[in-house]
Amino acid sequence: MTYLAKPKLLRPDTPKNAVGYTKRDYEGAISTLCAGCGHDSISASIVQACFDLDIEPHRVAKLSGIGCSSKTPDYFLGASHGFNTTHGRMPSVLTGAAVANRDLLYLGISGDGDSASIGIGQFAHAMRRGVNMTYIVENNGVYGLTKGQFSATADKGSKSKRGVINNDTPIDLVSLALQLGASYVARSFSGDKEQLIPLIKGAMRHRGPALIDVISPCVTFNNHQGSTRSYDYVREHNEAINRVDVILPRDKITASYAPGELRRVVQHDGSVLMLRKLHADYDPSDRVGAMNYLQERQAVGEIVTGLIYVDSSAEDLHRYLNTVETPLNKLGDADLCPGSKALEALNASLRCNP
Amino acid sequence: MSSVQSVQKTNDFVIKFANINGTGSASANELFARAIMGMGVPVAPRNIFPSNIQGMPTWYEVRVSGEGWLGRRGGCEMMVAMNPQTWDRDVAELAPGGYLFYDSTKMLPRSRFRDDIVVLGLPLTDICTREYADQRQRMLMKNIMYVGALTALLDMDFKAVEGLITQQYRGKDKLIASNLHALKTGYEEAKAAFDCPIGLRVERSDMVGDRIFVNGNDACGLGAVYGGATVAAWYPITPSTSVIESFSSYCRKFRTDPNNGMARYAIVQCEDELASIGMVIGASWNGARAFTATSGPGISLMQEFFGLAYFAEVPAVVFNVQRGGPSTGMPTRTQQSDLLACAYASHGDTKHVLLFPEDPYECFTFGAQAFDLAERLQTPVFVMADLDIGMNEVLCKPFDWDDSRRYDRGKVMSAADLDAGKNFGRYLDVDGDGIPYRTIPATHPTKGAFFSRGTTRNAYAKYSETGTDYVYNMERLRRKLVTARKLVPAPVVKKAALPTRFGAIYYGSTSPAMAEAFAMLEEQHIHVDIMRVRGFPFADEVVDFINDHDQVFVVEQNEAGQLRMLLVNECEIDPKRLVRVLHYDGTPITAGFIAGKIADAVKQDNVTPLRKQVAS
Repeated sequence: MTYLAKPKLLRPDTPKNAVGYTKRDYEGAISTLCAGCGHDSISASIVQACFDLDIEPHRVAKLSGIGCSSKTPDYFLGASHGFNTTHGRMPSVLTGAAVANRDLLYLGISGDGDSASIGIGQFAHAMRRGVNMTYIVENNGVYGLTKGQFSATADKGSKSKRGVINNDTPIDLVSLALQLGASYVARSFSGDKEQLIPLIKGAMRHRGPALIDVISPCVTFNNHQGSTRSYDYVREHNEAINRVDVILPRDKITASYAPGELRRVVQHDGSVLMLRKLHADYDPSDRVGAMNYLQERQAVGEIVTGLIYVDSSAEDLHRYLNTVETPLNKLGDADLCPGSKALEALNASLRCNP
Repeated sequence: MSSVQSVQKTNDFVIKFANINGTGSASANELFARAIMGMGVPVAPRNIFPSNIQGMPTWYEVRVSGEGWLGRRGGCEMMVAMNPQTWDRDVAELAPGGYLFYDSTKMLPRSRFRDDIVVLGLPLTDICTREYADQRQRMLMKNIMYVGALTALLDMDFKAVEGLITQQYRGKDKLIASNLHALKTGYEEAKAAFDCPIGLRVERSDMVGDRIFVNGNDACGLGAVYGGATVAAWYPITPSTSVIESFSSYCRKFRTDPNNGMARYAIVQCEDELASIGMVIGASWNGARAFTATSGPGISLMQEFFGLAYFAEVPAVVFNVQRGGPSTGMPTRTQQSDLLACAYASHGDTKHVLLFPEDPYECFTFGAQAFDLAERLQTPVFVMADLDIGMNEVLCKPFDWDDSRRYDRGKVMSAADLDAGKNFGRYLDVDGDGIPYRTIPATHPTKGAFFSRGTTRNAYAKYSETGTDYVYNMERLRRKLVTARKLVPAPVVKKAALPTRFGAIYYGSTSPAMAEAFAMLEEQHIHVDIMRVRGFPFADEVVDFINDHDQVFVVEQNEAGQLRMLLVNECEIDPKRLVRVLHYDGTPITAGFIAGKIADAVKQDNVTPLRKQVAS
């Protein structure tokens, strides 16, 4: 927990991005989470990603459910509108918001309890509906705010701080999202910003439902011996399949990449995902292959991280609904109201004595 | 047969059709009702249908009322008995001297009939077999054939019925020909078999006027289009489903961009009612007008979200087409039993705005107005229709719209306001009406953003568990709901012929039955002033009305007397002064029931005279 607010004054040479904002402009209120909480690293990664992508903060709408993770939207993007909704129901509120204004970027922040336990229904349907969003699950396998109960993503056999063994089969949101049609699916670790920041950037430039499952250890209730969500455990079992760099259309590709180990994925908006392969035969455009690979690695206790699947030509809900280009919330009376003449004609058709 | 004292009535009777659902009877029955209205005679038809798609009994009850009474009357002078499953109860329901019309192809024993009714048997199945080769046509045309027979029996205008068929199937010549043939065959067979017309007759009149014939769900959907709704999120549930179907079809017609065929609306069918209301809240938060349509079980599921919308102050419009509860209850029967579930929806101290339309005209008007109210008050607004007006075609005033009207988007702070340095406190009451200003996301690059939440906060939307902040907020919300009293549609009063100490309060679909009961009571020299409540929180006039009368009957279609509870609760009325008149068996309330209950109560009171004592 940080108690001291940072000074508001900035040095004149503070770097600004292409839209004239400093990194500080992407920060939010001071976090009230426990010191060392993985969620704060994720917030910092979101700040960095949005700064790097030159996103004007007010063009982002951040929504969350209930829980430790869902409190975090208060701690980043203070100049964005945010909505802390009800437990497990962020996906529907986000969907409604996204339908109302197609021009904003939608960032859904949730936790494992919020998405895999109480909210699994809404999680599933938002994915299959093709909502254009970046959905980040801050996954620690535990209920923090109510002090340490298992969530539905806790591994079978893992031990709680009080010594209770979890007997229920875990839900893997990444596998679910793949099956339900999410078009950008990634997993990362809150302790690995180098991997996480580009994954967030790629997701925010993606069109369609993008899920990032971020393993985020709970320092208070799930960082002990016997936990499968502790910092040590995740570091030891992390199996990264690739590393991503996101290159915006205006950027020149300057970094030198050794040929053969690279895969270029061009997204709908022209941004390029440069994927440095860590596993020679892993193909992130193959949904079925990705699902098989995940199952195999999971069976041997590995946590696969990286960009697991991407469909760069995916469509989204607005395309399916065939909505006009103008955001629905910008349409005025004249666009919406058919007026009295149309009503008179309608009345005439509803009369029985012509 | 000649010994039967047959009923003789013109333009004032009830005819009931007993059918099996899924056999195509609905359109033929509606054709019959329309034909009578085409002759200028008001008709109130009602579907009584099962929660089933095929094979179950279904009834269509047509009240023909030259005087224009549109409430259900009960009883029946003619039965068109087309369903062997329900034969015995259908025959039993007929009034003495009534007419039983049936398909006499199969002989029935004398014991299955009654001695005090007129029996009119026509071998419809045989005739259809003779006239049509195709199985499906034989089944469907039987329906049009009995309409033909009724045209002869009731002395209806054959040409008018013909005209309606031609109009209905315009462009489908083959269908017109086969339907007209069935109609004509039925007509001629009846002419040949019976002494036409019978004692029940339809006589041309001019009591329909310019009224339209439409169902409430259709009108709700249209109201949402005129009200500027762009987002509909919903989950199918009887009897509200057709609200969305209507919105969808009117949107296709009125909201499709003529240049590129793209939609100026979005309709999302959700996984459940929680998601429906969640999407409505998300879309409204983001500045679009959004609604859902549902019924009782959906309302129960949405409770937590209603609390969020109330407390985070997000507009939302909900069309609640009420059905019989509790639980799954009577999904295809009508009730007004969700008042409390909506008025105080969700945990904690909440209160919501309710509108009570009496007919499709008000479903349209209130439906459109609900969006202005929801945005003005930044809170959920419930349009409380019910199955009776929602799913039945009702003769009502034509829809109207004032083109100079502009949508009231309420207190929304613009980028210019923010640049001008206006003090923006999301939950700050700047002018005493309890309604704060809001900003729509992305209004301004650096100003006006705030974090919406269901947790407590201070006037500037910052998280706060401080008691004074909480109390400020709750008191402001109360003030807001007081403001709402003046914004909801005002009650409508009809005074009795003489001053009286009796009053009656009613709402929604009870309206036509109450209007008729009022006339019946007046005829018996029982004078009762009546007030139709059209909105909640109650306008001050409601309290005044109760205070002006010693005793007030509260007429409702639920078991608990829910409006009465609200009146006692909200207006601090002595419960003894409010007498329950409750009808809740799932059928629409009748004038006879209301007038009977009130007359009994008044007589028990043994009050003479019925005039109010004037102080000397």
